[in-house]
Amino acid sequence: MRRPSGWHLVLIPLAILMGLPLIWMVITSLSSIADTRRFPPGLPSSLHFANYVHAWTLSPFARWLWNSTLVSVTCVVSNLVLCSLAGYAFARLRFPGSRIAFFGILATLMVPFQVVMIPTLLIVKHLGLVDTLPALVAPNLATPFGIYLLRQFFVTLPVELEEAALIDGAGRLRILRSILLPLMGPPLTTVAVLTFLTVWNDFLWPLVVISTPDRFTVQLGLATFQSAHFVQWPLLMAGTVISQLPVLALFVAGQRFFVSSIANTGIK
Amino acid sequence: MITPSVLLIGLFGLVPVVWAFILSFQHNDLQTQPTWAGFGNYREMFADPTFRDSVKNTVIYTVLFVPITLALSLLAAAALNRKIRGITVYRVAVFIPVVTSTVATGVIFTWLLDPEFGLVNSVITKIGLPRLGFFADPHQALYAVVVMTVWGWVGFGALIYLAGLQGVPRDLVEAALIDGCSKRGAFWRIQVPLMRPVSGFLLVWLTINALQLFDEVFVTTKGGPLHATTVVVYYLYLQAFSFFHAGYAAAIAVFLFVVIAVITFVQLRLTRDSSMSGERP
Repeated sequence: MRRPSGWHLVLIPLAILMGLPLIWMVITSLSSIADTRRFPPGLPSSLHFANYVHAWTLSPFARWLWNSTLVSVTCVVSNLVLCSLAGYAFARLRFPGSRIAFFGILATLMVPFQVVMIPTLLIVKHLGLVDTLPALVAPNLATPFGIYLLRQFFVTLPVELEEAALIDGAGRLRILRSILLPLMGPPLTTVAVLTFLTVWNDFLWPLVVISTPDRFTVQLGLATFQSAHFVQWPLLMAGTVISQLPVLALFVAGQRFFVSSIANTGIK
Repeated sequence: MITPSVLLIGLFGLVPVVWAFILSFQHNDLQTQPTWAGFGNYREMFADPTFRDSVKNTVIYTVLFVPITLALSLLAAAALNRKIRGITVYRVAVFIPVVTSTVATGVIFTWLLDPEFGLVNSVITKIGLPRLGFFADPHQALYAVVVMTVWGWVGFGALIYLAGLQGVPRDLVEAALIDGCSKRGAFWRIQVPLMRPVSGFLLVWLTINALQLFDEVFVTTKGGPLHATTVVVYYLYLQAFSFFHAGYAAAIAVFLFVVIAVITFVQLRLTRDSSMSGERP
């Protein structure tokens, strides 16, 4: 038998340090209030699943999760469609102003959201969308990152693939849908995963633009849940678990996709 | 086929940039008719002691956060780049914070670092050190924020470095090992230098994100105690949405934009490498 690698001595403490905050979250979510008022803290004497029921009934977590899902999925679908179209056009078609438009898009890639937050709010206000879910969707319908990434991949595909189809009379959209997109699995996954994570975990924009609790995303909901139940740690941790569970489940199920997507240059 | 994207990005990408510049020259409370301010907002900004504190806090935070995260990410990636038993479990443990939201991170760390009943203080007192105040102590709060955000970002850095390590050709390392180089030597002299573009990307990315710190501060300390964790973006948020000085906040935003642009440019120049001229970012 092979001797166990010495790297375990590095990896075990590393994994414990990284995993502990989340493990402690789960442990506390199953404790009683009395368990959290002991020092030094320990494992709960019995498991209090009721914390989850309380969190779920005290605040509209179901509604918030639904809002987040709605907003994130809309943005993912729209990014896949719009960024593919634009990425393909920028890669293949030459038209007046195409270079300027592409550089304009690249330029906005460099601008942090915080810088344009106030004007974006004013634009959304002019559109009459303040405090609605479409306000969360509108600025993320097409992202410069997605267009840039997909364009880079379209450029690497051989033109010969399309020429045959063009001669046979297929239109550009037909070529895109039937020939090119099936070859674009990995970059499209990257765009989908990153758009989903960015929109799902976003906090500042919902905080600024949404005020009605029924329209909160789950991150905004969690932050208000925290201020409403301060120091009721079991309840708070149960709420945090509820808010993180969908993404954690997706992550564990599709770890490979998440990892390769984020490795393709990522956004947190 | 390009029109919808161009219109959308024009509306939500380019227009706001121009508008932010215009706003920064206005007195604007987001409600009434704005009035022209000239350079008033900028003059006010450079004379404002709280703004200066926020810049100082952001600089201290960035200078600590970026190198610590870079170093730990590299070491974590080196450890995770082995084919040993249980490596998947280790990787999941290190990568999970990447998908954990910043709000959740803030809530979890408020509990972990609770001065009275927190887990971290129980470990600290067990090894005979005095209890710490963390987010409640003006002298420690910013460092507590560093620790919390490093936890949140090491997984991301490790992931990028791991992809980088796997991109270094195996035969280069094997040739060095045959020539009598130690594994450690091969790591530092071959793999790390070849990952220069990866390090450059991470350096820029982490710095930009450090300068934009907001969510975790909002959830844990609200900029306190005594402005100890008021960073630039948090101050911008306060000015715009608590004090309704949107013009002043826009001036801070423009300042932030210029600083980020300059730092990114300098870092890209410093870490540029001939291998970076390829197509992929």
